[in-house]
Amino acid sequence: MSDLSNQHYVDDAPYDPNEDIKALDRPDLDAPNWLLIWRKFKRHKLGFWSGVFLLLAYLSLPFAGFISPYTPNERNADHLYAKPQSINLWHEGSFIGPYVYPITAKPDLVNFQWNYIEDTSAPAKLKFLCKGREYKLAGLIRSDTHLFCAPEGATVFLWGADRLGRDIFSRILYGAQLSLTVGLIGITVSFILGITIGGIAGYFGGRTDWAVNRVIEILRSLPELPLWLALSAAVPSHWGPVAVFFIISIILGLLDWPGLARAVRSKFLALREEEFVRAAEMMGAKPERVIRKHLLPNFASHLIASAMLSIPAMILGETALSFLGLGLRAPAVSWGVMLNDAQNLASIEIYPWTAIPMLPVIIVVLAFNFLGDGMRDSLDPYSDH
Amino acid sequence: MQILQYAIYRFITMLATLVVVSALVFFIMNLPPGDYLSNLIAELQATGQSDGIAKVEFLRKEYSLDQPLWKQYLIWMGFFPGPHGFSGILQGDFGWSFEFDRPVSEIVGGALWLTVLVNVAAVLFVYIVALPLGILAAVKSKTWVDYTSAFVGYLGLATPNFLLALVLFYYGHKYLNLPIGGLMSPEFEGEPMSPAKIKSVLLHLIIPTFVIGTSGAAAMMQRLRANMLDELSKPYVDTARAKGVGPTKRVLKYPFRMALNPFVADIGNLLPSLISGSVLVSVVLGLQTIGPALLQALKSQDQFLAGFILLFVAGLTLIGTMISDVLLMLLDPRIKYGGRK
Repeated sequence: MSDLSNQHYVDDAPYDPNEDIKALDRPDLDAPNWLLIWRKFKRHKLGFWSGVFLLLAYLSLPFAGFISPYTPNERNADHLYAKPQSINLWHEGSFIGPYVYPITAKPDLVNFQWNYIEDTSAPAKLKFLCKGREYKLAGLIRSDTHLFCAPEGATVFLWGADRLGRDIFSRILYGAQLSLTVGLIGITVSFILGITIGGIAGYFGGRTDWAVNRVIEILRSLPELPLWLALSAAVPSHWGPVAVFFIISIILGLLDWPGLARAVRSKFLALREEEFVRAAEMMGAKPERVIRKHLLPNFASHLIASAMLSIPAMILGETALSFLGLGLRAPAVSWGVMLNDAQNLASIEIYPWTAIPMLPVIIVVLAFNFLGDGMRDSLDPYSDH
Repeated sequence: MQILQYAIYRFITMLATLVVVSALVFFIMNLPPGDYLSNLIAELQATGQSDGIAKVEFLRKEYSLDQPLWKQYLIWMGFFPGPHGFSGILQGDFGWSFEFDRPVSEIVGGALWLTVLVNVAAVLFVYIVALPLGILAAVKSKTWVDYTSAFVGYLGLATPNFLLALVLFYYGHKYLNLPIGGLMSPEFEGEPMSPAKIKSVLLHLIIPTFVIGTSGAAAMMQRLRANMLDELSKPYVDTARAKGVGPTKRVLKYPFRMALNPFVADIGNLLPSLISGSVLVSVVLGLQTIGPALLQALKSQDQFLAGFILLFVAGLTLIGTMISDVLLMLLDPRIKYGGRK
C-alpha cells in the first residue's frame, strides 16, 4: 500500500504530472502555432467544408477525362441543343440500375428549333468503365476508359448539349482545368510581384517607398476590366491556346499585385523597428535575408488568407474576358468560353441549360470567399471571436 | 481654408497622375504588333486594291503614325505640334477613328454622358442599398436579418454580373414588363430632352443600375457591418445606453458617423470596379455607353478611339477618388493629410 520508511506517506499509484492541468487547456499549452490555427479553422464549419470542396475539385482536375463521358470537342450532330437527360434507377416499378431513355431529335419547322422525344419504352442501361474516345489523363497518359458512358444507340447528356451537340457536363469538367488554374497562376505572379515590391518599399522606406506608393496609387485607380481588355487585345491572335492561357493568367496577376504590395509594405514598416530585426541586422544579415527569414514568416498566414480572397476575382476576370471574346478562345474550353455561347437572350429563354457553367463559377467563387474568411478568422488563435 | 488648400493640392496630384496614366494607356495601345493602318494596307495589297493604299498612306502622315512612338504620344496629347500644329487631346481634338471612319469625338459624344449617368446611378444605388442594410445587419447581428443579408451579399459578390444582367433582363421583361436593351426607347434616339424621354431613360436604367451596383453594394455592406460592430462594442455605447438614450439615437448619433468614414473613403475602391462593371454590362445589354465602342476598338486596334476611351474612364475614376478624399476631410475634421507638426 505505501512506504512509511521515512515517516512520509507516499501513494504508490502512478503519478501523472499533467493531472492538475485542466484537460481543455493541456493540448494548447505548447502546441505550435500552425496547430492552434488549424484547430480554430476546423471550428469554422463553412470555411472548413469550402476548403475540403476546393481541395477535391482541384484534385479531380487531372481526372476530368476519366469522369466525363465525352471529350470536350466531340460533336454530336444528331443532338444539337439536346435537353438535359436524367439518370433513373427504376423502370415501371422494377429496379434495373442506372439507365437513360434514348432521345431522338425532331425538327420544329415553325419555331426553327429542335424538339427531343424520349423513348420511354426502351430504357438503355449506362455502361461503366467503358471504352470511349481517347483522352489524356493529366495531360500525359493516353487512355480511353471512361467512368461511365452512353449505351449503344443512346446518349447521356447530364446537363444537356450545346449548339454543336457537345456535352455540357463533360465540357464543364474540362473547363475547370483552365478556369480553376488561371487563378493559381495569376496569384503566383501577383504574389511574387507584391511581396518583392512591397517588401522593398517597406524595408527601405524613404524614396523607394514614395516611388512604389505612387505606382501603386496609379495602378489602383485604373478600372481593371478595360485594362485587362486592352492587354488581352494585345495578345496576337495566332498564338496557341496554351500560350494565350498563360499570358491571360499573367495579365490577371500583373494588375492584382498593388493591393498585396500595400499590405506587405505597411506590415514591414511596423516590423522593421522590432528588436529581432535590429539584432539580425547587427549580426550582419543582408536585407534579402532579413526580409526572407525574419519578416515574411511573421505574416505568411495573412498572405495566404488574402490570396484566397483574390483568387475569385481572377476566376471571374477570366470568365469575363473569355465571355467577351478577348480571353481564351475555342478550341480551348473554359467556363467563360462556354458562357460565350449563352450570350444572348434566346439561349436563356429557349436553351437555359447552356448557361449552366455559371453555377460552378458561383460555387467556386463562394467557396474561395468562405475559405478565405475562415482562414482570416482563425489566424489569431488566442483571440476569441 | 485648409480644405481649399488640400483640394488644390489634390487636384494638382490628380493632373499629374492623369498624365502618367495617359502615357501608360498609349503604351498599352501600341503593344500589339502593327496597327490598324498597316493591317489595312496588308489587306488592300492582298486583295489587289492598290489605289486604296495611297489614302491609307495619307492617313498615316495625317495622324503622324510614321513618327517615333514617343513623338506620337506627345502629338496625341497635344504637347507637341503635329502636321497641323497643336491638335491633341488637350486642344479638344480626340483624333480619328479608323474603324468607323469618323472623328472620335463624334462617336463617343453622347455616349460619354450616358456613361457618367449610368455610373452615377450605380453609385447612388450602392449607397442607398448598402447603408440601411449594413446598419441593420450590424444592429441585428447573428439574427436571420444578418444571415439573410450576408447570404444575398455573398451571392452578389460571386455571380458574374454579365450573367446576372442577362437573367434579370429576361425575367424583368417577362414579369415586370421592363424594357429590353439600350438606354432609351428607339423613338427617343437623337430627340431633345422631354419628360417622356427622361421617363424612358429611367425605366431602362433600372436593370443596368442593379446589375452594376450589386457586387459593389455587397462589398460595401459587409464593410459597413464590420465597422459598425466595432463601434457598437465600444464603452461609450454602453454609457449612452445606461443613460437611457433610445435605440435609434444610440446607433445613429455616434457609431454610425464613425462607421461612415471608410464608407466615403471607399469611393476610390468602388469607382474602378463599378466602371469595369459598367463596361462589361454595357456590352452585354447593348447600352449606348462607351463600353461597346471600347470593345470594338480594342478588337480592331483602332488606337485613337480605344486610347481616348481608356483615358476618359481612368480620368472619371481619378476625379471620383479626388472628390471622395476632399469629402472625407469635410466629414471628419480629425483627418489631416499633411505631415506631422
